[in-house]
Amino acid sequence: MFKHRLIAFAVATVVGVFASPARAAEDDLKELREQVRQLKESYEKRIEALEKRLSQAEQSAGKAEVAATNAQASASQAAAQASPRTSSESAFNPGISLIVNGTYGNLKRDPAAYRISGFAPTGGEVALPGRGLSLGESELVMSANIDSYFRGTLIAALAPDNGVSVEEGYIQTLGLSNGFTVKAGRFRSSVGYLNEIHPHAWDFTDASLVNKVFLGNHLAEDGVQVKWVAPTDLYMDLGFEAGRGRTFPGGPAGGRSKNGVGSGVLFAHLGGDIGASTAWRVGLSHLRTSAQDRTYEDLDSTGAGVTNSFTGRSRLMVMDGVLKWAPNGNASQTSFKLQGEYFRRSESGSLAYDTTAASLGTQADAYASRQSGYYGQAVYQFMPRWRAGYRYDRLSAGTTSIGQVNSGALTAADFPILNAYNPTRNTFMVDWSPSEFSRLRLQFARDRSQPGIADNQVFLQYIMSLGAHGAHKF
Amino acid sequence: MRPIILRVLGLAGAALLALPAVAAVNILACEPEWAALASELAGDKANVHSATTALQDPHRIEARPSLIARARSADLVVCTGSDLEVGWLPLLFTQSGNAKIQPGRPGYFEASQFVARIEVPRTLDRSMGDIHPGGNPHIHLDPRNIAKVAEALAGRLAEIDPPNAQAYRERLAAFTPRWRAAIERWEREGARLKGAPVVVYHKDMSYFIGWMGMREAGSLEPKPGLPATPAHLAELVERMKREPAKVIVYSAYTSPKAAEFLSSRTGIPMTMLPFTVGGSDKAKDLFGLFDDTLGRLLAAVK
Repeated sequence: MFKHRLIAFAVATVVGVFASPARAAEDDLKELREQVRQLKESYEKRIEALEKRLSQAEQSAGKAEVAATNAQASASQAAAQASPRTSSESAFNPGISLIVNGTYGNLKRDPAAYRISGFAPTGGEVALPGRGLSLGESELVMSANIDSYFRGTLIAALAPDNGVSVEEGYIQTLGLSNGFTVKAGRFRSSVGYLNEIHPHAWDFTDASLVNKVFLGNHLAEDGVQVKWVAPTDLYMDLGFEAGRGRTFPGGPAGGRSKNGVGSGVLFAHLGGDIGASTAWRVGLSHLRTSAQDRTYEDLDSTGAGVTNSFTGRSRLMVMDGVLKWAPNGNASQTSFKLQGEYFRRSESGSLAYDTTAASLGTQADAYASRQSGYYGQAVYQFMPRWRAGYRYDRLSAGTTSIGQVNSGALTAADFPILNAYNPTRNTFMVDWSPSEFSRLRLQFARDRSQPGIADNQVFLQYIMSLGAHGAHKF
Repeated sequence: MRPIILRVLGLAGAALLALPAVAAVNILACEPEWAALASELAGDKANVHSATTALQDPHRIEARPSLIARARSADLVVCTGSDLEVGWLPLLFTQSGNAKIQPGRPGYFEASQFVARIEVPRTLDRSMGDIHPGGNPHIHLDPRNIAKVAEALAGRLAEIDPPNAQAYRERLAAFTPRWRAAIERWEREGARLKGAPVVVYHKDMSYFIGWMGMREAGSLEPKPGLPATPAHLAELVERMKREPAKVIVYSAYTSPKAAEFLSSRTGIPMTMLPFTVGGSDKAKDLFGLFDDTLGRLLAAVK
């Protein structure tokens, strides 16, 4: 019995010994599972709670975002509405822009000796930019509406030699209807096409030869202009200018002390579109003025410097045309511009030789001339920012009749600058405009403005504009 | 003899009398979207002409003779304002000899005055590119802005043409619910675009992006108004490799080259957007403009 018990005990012990860890492990496992389950449950609960909170947060964030957007919108609205309303005096300051330009010139001939042969010197700013580095004329432009009837503009030219001149200063009407505009003051005349364009908007560094010899670079009279635009879909304008005659081809410089009108211009333009890609304008203008004692310097046959002067009437007729093309009228990639002008002038009156009696003595006699000239130019924008252009200039000295020479009192050698000659010039340029406010240009010209002399002129130029965004004429 | 003279005089008189009756309001719109809106609101009461097309960059227009001629005869000039037309519109004011359309008169309507402008720069400096002091001027690509401008424009039309005031009010009353319904539809259809990053060419899509809840991930122009440069494109390619955008868009008036380059380097789909009325075959009017813009974006953003 005891033996049985013992065996049973032993077995039980053995079994127990072997079984108890197994049971314990089972319990642990159960416990673990339970813990894991609890953990899982709690995490699930927590995740659920977190998700709930997250979505709530998201919702409120969205709301905040919407609120922020609204706030931003209203802030920007407020800013947009508030910004023009600065309550300082400067709020009504005119729009100011400044144009600065400079050149590097490399010329074969000394530009100080530059003449355009066959044509009486104009006394205007026809000189070439100098050799080496030089600052060009800076322009200070101020303009604003004066009231609802008038607009005012002042353009001061700051010359590199420290002089300041009023390039333009005019008022123009805003309040007239039926296509009428009146300008008064000093302004660039509507004679021709290039004359009205400011030098910083030119496609070449310098003016065409016709503008140099017939208008003294540019014509800006003190005067009044009346212009009428026709009520048609085809653009048509007619106008006239009455001026003082203060610059070439009028004269003397500054104008005469005389009541009435010293010079007059009549002009008419037609313009329109050809499809969406092409726009054009043609013009016809006529300038009449009478010069009194319009002087110029020359070297006579003895080699002495003499001052001659012209008194008489001057008539100038100009035909101009411009055509601009861009694919679909969108000039941001490529564009093309063709431009040309033809000038024809007749002058008659008397020419006084050596007015200061510095050489052979003062002699006055009849004078008459018929002269003409033209230029044509093409500018192609071959990729954004880059343009290349070519210009051809040709002047025809035509016929000049000098009384002193006809009568044999003097010889043609006493008026060397008036000797018949047909100047020509070929000009090439490439320019790069990093933005619409800056431009760098390289120009090469082969200039045959004087007999037997071919001048090679290279200019590297920058033109930059600061301040108010200018609007450019077509 | 006498009856003929009488007949001629009678005809001339009838022609003179008939003139005011057929004379409609002449509207010159600076941009096609305002021409389309003016046509919606004025119908046959106005001759509407747009100064620019959808294929032209509204920043780079010249005061061509034809535009001066149109401005001369205009009773109302409808423009965006905010300096968008600063390079050419001032010349139309000074050259046209038309007192009616001068700023400050009822004949000059500036759409951007009637909406909240975004991206108003805090500081102004030209080194930042072609920025507009009054904020981003391309307001028409948020259709809610169109609704606001429509209301103001209908009021202005009634002011300058009182005999037809009722007609303008009625046309606005017909347009507004149609437009509101269309906005709801576009918002529903475009819900998928919410949050989608987009690369633009110029910052001319900002109002659309804001309305749709999209995100501007970059601009092909290094600075507003300056053409894309190789260095800037290379940087964009790198940026797109890190955080790819869903779509690259460019407007009908801009060159597709930069967008094509970025798309080919990154595999991000690109699409042309009409930008304004007339920019694509489907964008025939304002409804078509948004239908097509949304359709093209949805097709590109998968």
